[in-house]
Amino acid sequence: MIKDITIGQYFPGDSPVHKLDARFKIVITAIFIIMLFSADNFISLGAALLFFVLSFAVSKLPLKLILKSMRPIVPVIVITSLLNLFFIDGVTVISIWKINITQQGLRTSLFMIIRLIALISGSSLLTYTTSPITLTDAIEQMLKPLEKIKFPAHELAMMMTIALRFIPTLIEETDKIMSAQKARGAELDSGTFIERGKALIPILIPLFVSSFRRAEELALAMECRCYNGGEGRTKLKVLVSGGSDFAALCTAILFWCAVLLLNVYTYL
Amino acid sequence: MENIIKTQDLMFYYSDISDEEQQEQEENAPKAEKKMIFEDLDLEIEKGSFTVILGHNGCGKSTLAKHFNAILMPCGGKVYSAGFDTSDEEKLFDIRKRVGMVFQNPDNQIVASVVEEDVAFALENMGVEQGEMRRRVDDALKAVGMYDYRLHAPSQLSGGQKQRVAIAGIIAMRPSCIVLDEPTAMLDPTGRSEVLKTVRRLNREEGITIVLITHYMDEAAQADRVVVMEEGKIILDDRPENVFSNVELLQDVGLDVPQSTQLMYMMKQNGFDADTHIINEKEAADFLFELFKRQVN
Ligand SMILES: Nc1ncnc2c1ncn2[C@@H]1O[C@H](COP(=O)(O)OP(=O)(O)OP(=O)(O)O)[C@@H](O)[C@H]1O
Ligand SMILES: [Mg+2]
Repeated sequence: MIKDITIGQYFPGDSPVHKLDARFKIVITAIFIIMLFSADNFISLGAALLFFVLSFAVSKLPLKLILKSMRPIVPVIVITSLLNLFFIDGVTVISIWKINITQQGLRTSLFMIIRLIALISGSSLLTYTTSPITLTDAIEQMLKPLEKIKFPAHELAMMMTIALRFIPTLIEETDKIMSAQKARGAELDSGTFIERGKALIPILIPLFVSSFRRAEELALAMECRCYNGGEGRTKLKVLVSGGSDFAALCTAILFWCAVLLLNVYTYL
Repeated sequence: MENIIKTQDLMFYYSDISDEEQQEQEENAPKAEKKMIFEDLDLEIEKGSFTVILGHNGCGKSTLAKHFNAILMPCGGKVYSAGFDTSDEEKLFDIRKRVGMVFQNPDNQIVASVVEEDVAFALENMGVEQGEMRRRVDDALKAVGMYDYRLHAPSQLSGGQKQRVAIAGIIAMRPSCIVLDEPTAMLDPTGRSEVLKTVRRLNREEGITIVLITHYMDEAAQADRVVVMEEGKIILDDRPENVFSNVELLQDVGLDVPQSTQLMYMMKQNGFDADTHIINEKEAADFLFELFKRQVN
């Protein structure tokens, strides 16, 4: 059951979106997020959405994936939209008992729902079309200039690489420990909230202990392979950017300008 | 023959305290009180050989192996690896490039989440140029028979495959010697034979010196030389058939002998004219066949 968790899952493919330089993809995703937050009305939000729909179509990913990425944030969407719905003053549309639903409330909560969904799907598109290792490389390269002010860019990237590598291993291990504790009579799926919390302790402690042991062994293995920090390192795969990357970036910027221009329709 | 590894009067003990504190303590307490792992250990490993180190748990095999590529420094005496003195810090990476090490748990030595990226890890650290790196990674993966899996995630591989990837990560450095510390201990029989076959092939065809630490006697039987350790000392050091013929001595220090040798030993005790230099199944089967033939006639 715990194995079903997927974090930043990557779907290999060879669409233009997949082939885009990961650094540009990160920047474009950031522009898209800015776009979403600078949109004030439904028309400019629509322009931002159009940008997403186009990118998604070009990526040739199945539509199902976007729905799947939505699942974990359903509660967040529900809560924020309900809050907006009930607590914004304005012209009352429906009134049930003491709660008033206003026109402004309806508008804001609809706006928030669309914005949140677009935000999550947009960033999922980045992780769906970029392998984690390329993403890490891109982040490392983008942060490289900050190394001048002692920012640990290489160390950060190394940590991400190792974390990505060990997520499946640790998940598998958690599964094993859980089975082992169940075999000893631990009840993990029943009892009150507090009881269940307590039952987690005998799972977490062995997990921590073994993670430290793993870390120690990994450090040793890395040393044996001449690891000596980021200095003087080369890369098996070097990121290269070309004309199409700049074209994509320009498109994103154009859409952003469009969003800003369309913001003049304030009455919508 | 030239030696790739040589220890000279190696003395070592573990201390959890820093050097300064240690000096202070040394003045107060005499050396004998520390728990010595080795006192004057002398061992030479020939270039191109396949040596197995045996010994029961805690006798210091892993500790010795860690001296071979300058992970641990001797407290006394010298260790020479690939011609360099391991206590010379300037030569640290020259040593580690030439003497690679593979550990027991394959999961804890793979760094990257794609096989080929992991094999490239050491080369990236060494600053090898990209075209050359690609070539070496592909060669290393082919040498362990994992080339078809180069784009897989390590978590999709079996234990034996992971261990072969770990070996590829070492041979990509083009070392002249590989030290393997119980590489098969966590593997199933299929994985074990895959790894051992790979190691033997590297030794025969590529001429890489192999030092294998193991608890499996059938693996030891395939070596050119078997070194048996007990309490930090070398008690036997010879060809495998000569080492295993000392059945009683080995049993005294808590070690088994290969099953075929065990059989020969028991037959000998029961009055048969059996030879305890027999260490593999085929020779044992031939011997039994001859014996039956004689009995029938
Ligand atoms: N980091 C350490 N600090 C202190 N003592 C240690 C350390 N590592 C090992 N020892 C001790 O050194 C001795 C030799 O350990 P070593 O790991 O070399 O044995 P080994 O022959 O490899 O055993 P095994 O067959 O179990 O792998 C043991 O008594 C052990 O308790
Ligand atoms: Mg050991």
